[in-house]
Amino acid sequence: MAETTYLEAIRQGLWEELERDERVFLLGEDIGALGGPFRVTEGMLERFGAGRVIDTPISEQAIIGAAAGAAHMGLRPVCEMQFIDFIACGYDMLTNYVATARYRAGLPTPMVVRGPSGGYVRGGPFHSQNPEAAFLHTPGLKIVCPATVRDAKGLIKAAIRDEDPVLFFEHKYLYRRIKEDLPAGEEILTPIGRARVARAGADLTIVTWSAMVWKALEAAERLAAVDGLSVEVLDLRTLLPLDDEAIVASVRKTSRVLVAHEDTRTGGVAGEIIARINELAFEWLDAPVRRVAAHDVPLPYAPTLEDTVLPQTEDLITASRWLASY
Amino acid sequence: MTVAPRATPPPAGLTGLQLLDLYYWMRLTRSLEERLVGLHRQGKVVGGLFRSLGQEADAVGSAYALEPGDILSPLIRNLGSMLVKGATPLEVFRQYMAKAESPTAGRELNIHFNDLARGFLGQVSPLGAMVPVMAGIALSFRMTGQRRVGLVYVGDGAMSTGAFHEGINFAAVQRLPLVVVCENNGYAYSTPARLQTAAARLVDKAPGYGIAAERADGNDVVATWEATKAAVDRARAGDGVTLVELVTYRRKGHAEHDDQRYVPAGEIEAWERNDPIDRHLARLRAEGWATEPELAATDARVARELDEALARCLEEPFPDPGTALTGVYADPAAAPLEWYRRIAEPPRG
Repeated sequence: MAETTYLEAIRQGLWEELERDERVFLLGEDIGALGGPFRVTEGMLERFGAGRVIDTPISEQAIIGAAAGAAHMGLRPVCEMQFIDFIACGYDMLTNYVATARYRAGLPTPMVVRGPSGGYVRGGPFHSQNPEAAFLHTPGLKIVCPATVRDAKGLIKAAIRDEDPVLFFEHKYLYRRIKEDLPAGEEILTPIGRARVARAGADLTIVTWSAMVWKALEAAERLAAVDGLSVEVLDLRTLLPLDDEAIVASVRKTSRVLVAHEDTRTGGVAGEIIARINELAFEWLDAPVRRVAAHDVPLPYAPTLEDTVLPQTEDLITASRWLASY
Repeated sequence: MTVAPRATPPPAGLTGLQLLDLYYWMRLTRSLEERLVGLHRQGKVVGGLFRSLGQEADAVGSAYALEPGDILSPLIRNLGSMLVKGATPLEVFRQYMAKAESPTAGRELNIHFNDLARGFLGQVSPLGAMVPVMAGIALSFRMTGQRRVGLVYVGDGAMSTGAFHEGINFAAVQRLPLVVVCENNGYAYSTPARLQTAAARLVDKAPGYGIAAERADGNDVVATWEATKAAVDRARAGDGVTLVELVTYRRKGHAEHDDQRYVPAGEIEAWERNDPIDRHLARLRAEGWATEPELAATDARVARELDEALARCLEEPFPDPGTALTGVYADPAAAPLEWYRRIAEPPRG
């Protein structure tokens, strides 16, 4: 078995779906001859041709809008945002057009918008964002944020096969940093809308997703070793729709919850998760649900600044100890 | 590429029957809107009413240039285009009156509805958005090897949007079978075209995109047909995108509530004397393409069809409130009812 990176897993997932279903095609900036700046689409132009691997102008509205039109006609487009920060340029098309199409007009719009998100890479304000909160508030969209190699592959394939538009936020910090054995020949499909217990525990739950899952696992390891705390890590995998059942199950198990995300605090997804815990599992709580999130500033470039703004493993440990001793 | 205004042609290869047909569609458009005005005043149109008075020729003539299988996406003043493509007065009445049986089951307004099988894709309100979407439809035609054409309407206002630029540029680069029809009706709400662009003519933007251009008198239905037909033929032949500018005038306000206080005195009256239906009627009569009995029969047919449609739907109900939460996604089938609505029910157990 070959070790597969997170990036290669996405590439494999795209490749397999392009092979499996001729309705699938890709469009984005520099995805053809270059294979994308991170090489997610490397070799696809040569294999599938310019008719299915379409290099576009720098036009996020056109990429997303054209994908929607093609999806209405029965095709399965996958759009690449070169950096997910630029999805904001297509915000109108996604929220006003794509997300409403099925409800207002009965128009199926099965399409995927994917791209590299996330910080810890010294990318500065426009190559580090986590835009999930901007879209969580839009009925009609789905949002997935894989944390593992297996889920990166399983969720991109599931997203392409989904009947509705899916935003696939892959974390660029993970691209080449995590590896996993993916058995050749196994069809990996990760169901959208289902969370995963990344580590089982009894004293405290950290609810998180994407790259923060790895920091949470590291924190859990240290807390077990140093404090004797049993920390559960719940990897949400899908943010829209949220897996309420899995969240509530973990709350009932540990009664102390930390919600951690890399995006900024105010209006972040943690607020929604905590509201749901309040509504669905208030009586199971032994402590207030707390957040660990980025500080409310644009993400700066310098390592000293970025590391200050973004939550670190040490922050998860500190917050967990606070909660455990409440 | 040259951008030459087309001279108003003689009937341009259209048959007498087609010329009468064009009159029918324009008359149906105008009369349908006149019925809607009455319904609006009675409070039966629950939202706004948007007129295309004076623009019937550009809507009807341009849509008439398409073939079955082609798909257009209208703007708010393209009721005529929708009708030509097979939308029915019954559907339009139901939409405006938010009936359960309306094509969008009461979810969307006015002519925001679609049927891709008949060949129309309803617009959304952010202007220019349909240009990229229709580029995607045209892309799907090419990817599946079908010789079909997409047509998308924009106005003098929509051409200022980023979506317009991105969509037409992408379609141009890909040489997609797309026709972009600009109805230049002088105003975007209250803003005159001279505050939208510094270009002398809207069609002057075409050479910058490397695409073909056509320009025609938008109040001459035959000229609008001919200009659009040239663009449609070009698209179908694989020769890419055309920007068609049809010069017309919006004689009513943006919607019924708009008193047009911003319009210079005398402007509307001048355009009333350039009415597209009057002009077409004059041609039909002067050139002998239709007899008086044929014209009277056409008017009677329009009145009858509108009577029948209205009678059928006037008393229909609004949608069942229970349908409000369904169909956001394929799965789940419905959004959950809010908890405060559920506790209003009798206690369980």
